[in-house]
Amino acid sequence: MMHSSWWLSALLLVPLFGIALVLLVRRRPGASYVAGIGVATVEMVLSIIVAWMYNPNISRTGIDFATRHVISAPLGLAYDVSLDGISLLMMLLTSLTLLLALIGARDKRREPALISWLLVLTTASMGSFLAHDLLLFFLFFELTLVPSYFLISQWGGAERIRAAMKFFVYTFVGSVPLLIGILFLGFKNQHYVRGALDFSYTTLSSVSLTHTASVVLFCAFGFAFAVKAPIWPFHTWSPITYAEAPTAGSIEMSALLAKLGSYGLVRFAIGLFPLALNDMRPIVLTLAVIGILYGSAMACVAADLKRVIAYSSVAQMGFIILGAISGSKIAMIGAVLLMFNHGVITIGFFLLVGFIEKRRQVNTIKDLRGLQSSAPVMAALFTVVLLASIGLPGLSGFISEYLILLGTFATHAWWAVFGALGVVGAALYWLWVYQRVFHGQADSKNREIEDVNSKERWVLVPVVALILVLGVFPRPAIDKISPSITNLIVHVSQAGASK
Amino acid sequence: MAHFALLILIAPLIGFLFNAVNGSQMKEKAIGGVATAAIVVSFISTVVCFFQLLGDSNREVTVNFFTWIHAGTLTVPAAVLVDPLSITMCLFVTGISALIHLYSISYMHGEKDFRKFFLYLNLFVFSMLVLVLANNLVMTFVGWEGVGVCSYWLVSFYFDRDAAASAGKKAFVYNRVGDVGLLVAMFLIFSHSGTLTYLTIFSSTGSFSPTVATLIVLSLLLGATGKSAQIPLFNWLPDAMEGPTPVSALIHAATMVTAGVFLLVRMSPVLALSPSGRTTIAVVGALTAFVAATVATSQRDIKKVLAFSTVSQIGFMVLAVGVGAYSAAIFLMIAHAFFKALLFLGSGSVIHSLHGEQDLRKMGALAKYLPLTFPTFLIGWLAISGIPPFAGFWAKGDVLTNVYAHNRLLWIFALATAVLTAYYMSRLFVLTFRGAERFREVTNGEDPHESSWMMTVPLVVLAVLAVLGGGIDLPWVHNHSLASFLEPTFGAVPAGASLSVATQWGLSIVDIAAAILGLMVAFSIWRDKHESSTFEKNFLEQVWHWDGFYDATIGRPLTASARVGYAVVEEKLIDGAVEGVGALAPRMASQFKLLQTGFVRQYALAMVLGIALIMIYLVARIGF
Repeated sequence: MMHSSWWLSALLLVPLFGIALVLLVRRRPGASYVAGIGVATVEMVLSIIVAWMYNPNISRTGIDFATRHVISAPLGLAYDVSLDGISLLMMLLTSLTLLLALIGARDKRREPALISWLLVLTTASMGSFLAHDLLLFFLFFELTLVPSYFLISQWGGAERIRAAMKFFVYTFVGSVPLLIGILFLGFKNQHYVRGALDFSYTTLSSVSLTHTASVVLFCAFGFAFAVKAPIWPFHTWSPITYAEAPTAGSIEMSALLAKLGSYGLVRFAIGLFPLALNDMRPIVLTLAVIGILYGSAMACVAADLKRVIAYSSVAQMGFIILGAISGSKIAMIGAVLLMFNHGVITIGFFLLVGFIEKRRQVNTIKDLRGLQSSAPVMAALFTVVLLASIGLPGLSGFISEYLILLGTFATHAWWAVFGALGVVGAALYWLWVYQRVFHGQADSKNREIEDVNSKERWVLVPVVALILVLGVFPRPAIDKISPSITNLIVHVSQAGASK
Repeated sequence: MAHFALLILIAPLIGFLFNAVNGSQMKEKAIGGVATAAIVVSFISTVVCFFQLLGDSNREVTVNFFTWIHAGTLTVPAAVLVDPLSITMCLFVTGISALIHLYSISYMHGEKDFRKFFLYLNLFVFSMLVLVLANNLVMTFVGWEGVGVCSYWLVSFYFDRDAAASAGKKAFVYNRVGDVGLLVAMFLIFSHSGTLTYLTIFSSTGSFSPTVATLIVLSLLLGATGKSAQIPLFNWLPDAMEGPTPVSALIHAATMVTAGVFLLVRMSPVLALSPSGRTTIAVVGALTAFVAATVATSQRDIKKVLAFSTVSQIGFMVLAVGVGAYSAAIFLMIAHAFFKALLFLGSGSVIHSLHGEQDLRKMGALAKYLPLTFPTFLIGWLAISGIPPFAGFWAKGDVLTNVYAHNRLLWIFALATAVLTAYYMSRLFVLTFRGAERFREVTNGEDPHESSWMMTVPLVVLAVLAVLGGGIDLPWVHNHSLASFLEPTFGAVPAGASLSVATQWGLSIVDIAAAILGLMVAFSIWRDKHESSTFEKNFLEQVWHWDGFYDATIGRPLTASARVGYAVVEEKLIDGAVEGVGALAPRMASQFKLLQTGFVRQYALAMVLGIALIMIYLVARIGF
């Protein structure tokens, strides 16, 4: 018996009710903050309950909590949500990101509005991850742009307008081919079955396409997701955006919204166009490996901490894409795990950089030095997150990266070998950054900084706990992911065989 | 067995956690005591396991804790393999660690980060034990990286010194280069045999073709050169001497740096499949041993001499592995752990007595001021030089004899290295303990004095071990020696030319002659001087310009291309193209004006309108 879809509807509705609540209490100082955290906590608890209830073996496809209500048959518009092993961790990440961004990156400037935008963003991204209908997915996917734009342009740094503009136009342009592709698929199907317009994933994945159409559509979808992820060379919006956005915005965009790109690639580009994979795989693999190495090189020369994280994310997304496209089950499990782990690690990085910025007003590397003397706890926390990011075994980053490389090696050995060089790159740039920021003799400006206070420590507890627990006991997560990945791989190989 | 195996592993972890949670309120002695006690517990458990294993006919006991990773066809248990090889490693690792923990309580007295030091040290021992006890390659990799990161922390322990911070980073990055090799080896093994568990790999060696086997062995070798400081990745180890001296003794001499040798020995059934791979290993070992020994002759820092000596001695072990003399490699590893830990701790005692001075030119005549350090150091010096009956003579002799049986050219290299070893160690010994007093300046005229019992007890114990250590594998004792104990864990390798007893005696005499030659030359040169441009070549002091070479061929070009890449590829080419495309769009020309008038609100409206239009179109086309 499948679980009720009301759980998922609740996940989508709670943030919207939260906005009403926040706006109701907006006049009382601090009340909107408390309301926001309350709503985020409810959302988090709901997500955990849903994740705990989720039964990967309930259906052959690993789909649970599914429902479909046609809103307008002629328009092909339907409320169609479900949860499977691939979206499960993303759902958890969405709630976690909201909660930690709210608590850890508090910004008191026009707080009710800021929190409202974060809540809109949560519903939009949650909807993208839960939508089982392509039109619905697209609506949620596009909806994420509006709150992101306002977060950057209203609360960002000195160059916020330019950053917001670049982010907005770039990702918007990216999604145009996606919309056209979705519509094409819908029409094609309608023409074929001579029935109602239907954008359901299940329906569209059975549309038979010519090889050429598959490749073209893969590129159309892939472009949108490549910009979002971002995959090299479509990444240049991300450094300036992450650097200029307020900390909460940077967290949402890098930890969460970037995953829409890789998630979309796995779920839609691969799931819908298996015929294109033979041709497109070498190209995507190559872009992924270039992203890993190029991102590492740029992270070495980046001038401020947020840009280092941005380029490090380009490299990490390279790993995710490498595993996602490799066709190996082990690597795909690793890729889905890394989406979550990279999210958690990035939250940790941005929170810590936020703490540094709060104390020093800058995050440029050359202005920071010797922080470990005055802030040993901050240094220790940064070290844990850093080691997870460079893939130290025993911490979460390792398992995912290792599975990706091990699996990819079996199907595409050379790409995995070059990808493995990224392991050296990550150690190089992060340890160099760490040395310049935390080691050495602190000058007068850096000598007196205050260590992380108890509230800041508590915010990082979930991050550190997830890094450790998923490093040592990844099994529960992998077991919930596996059946859906198996299903996807079977689907892809059947499509290849029937051709 | 299972309980004790678990206890070996988790005792150091418990020590770490205890000090991490409670340590902030505890006194120095209590922290050090807890940390040391944890290692002693681990050592005792190892001894128990050792005797259980001796009394057991099944000497491959796997203890499964839980399934760590299970994804697709990959299953990685968190499990240990208790067998002669792993238990031998555990014995000397925990034993020496316990002594060095004790030593450190006194050595690190009064340091600001005293607790952190012991946290790292316990965590290090835990990682090292994971490395040697693991029953599969992924778990070994956990320990492998764990010891790497502990080494990073401990080398950059004095993080406010730039040299220490850089040295820590260098150590980690060099190791990471090697790690790529280990990763690729694992990928190759998994994609051909479908498993990463040692015993299963060994029983399915038939699935590796000769080419694959050679690739695996070369990849493993790359991993080993990183961790064990061999050519081409050896030059992080001398820099690692920036760490506190007990760390140099434990991590960068006795235990961690031998992990590469251990890995190769552990994988010996795979090594058996690739003669060319083994030859490469032997050549790398012989070259490293020789190059490092030449460099050690011209170093002026006492710890640097010992560091290059370590690189050279590990070269001997790698050479032994290359010629298939696995038990000789482990024998030398153990003997070396005894005498090199002794020498490092002795040098620590010297440095301590001279208020931190490490320059050999400012020592001399310390024999009469350090009544315990001097005789124990003397034993260490004779042991490493290869003078009978000390441990080094037997262990090095074992290696040299095996090399002779396989390859005469490599044997000549190794013998020359043995002469150099005796030479540079005697130089070190003479400059430190004999000759004229040159230290008054650094001690402000005072007499240096001997260290406390916590520092001298480990020296005495290690000295005893360095004297008697050869006894674990004497050539004429059969069936009760280290070699016969370890033998079942090794992959079979074709034996070299069999040597007659007379030849073996002859070779032993040659070994002794080499050692005495080195000793005599050193005494004749250094008896009455403390610097010499003839015998301390700049080229050697600069490590054959190895660092400079890497810097010029890899470091600087890479950094430069990253900077150029940022300025040209990133900003001009990619981003320029994006902005260019953007500017072509007519709306972009007036983007800022539009923005002022609420571009995004217009967009949101346009999006809704657009979708509505599409819907209307659809409706019109389809009809209701």
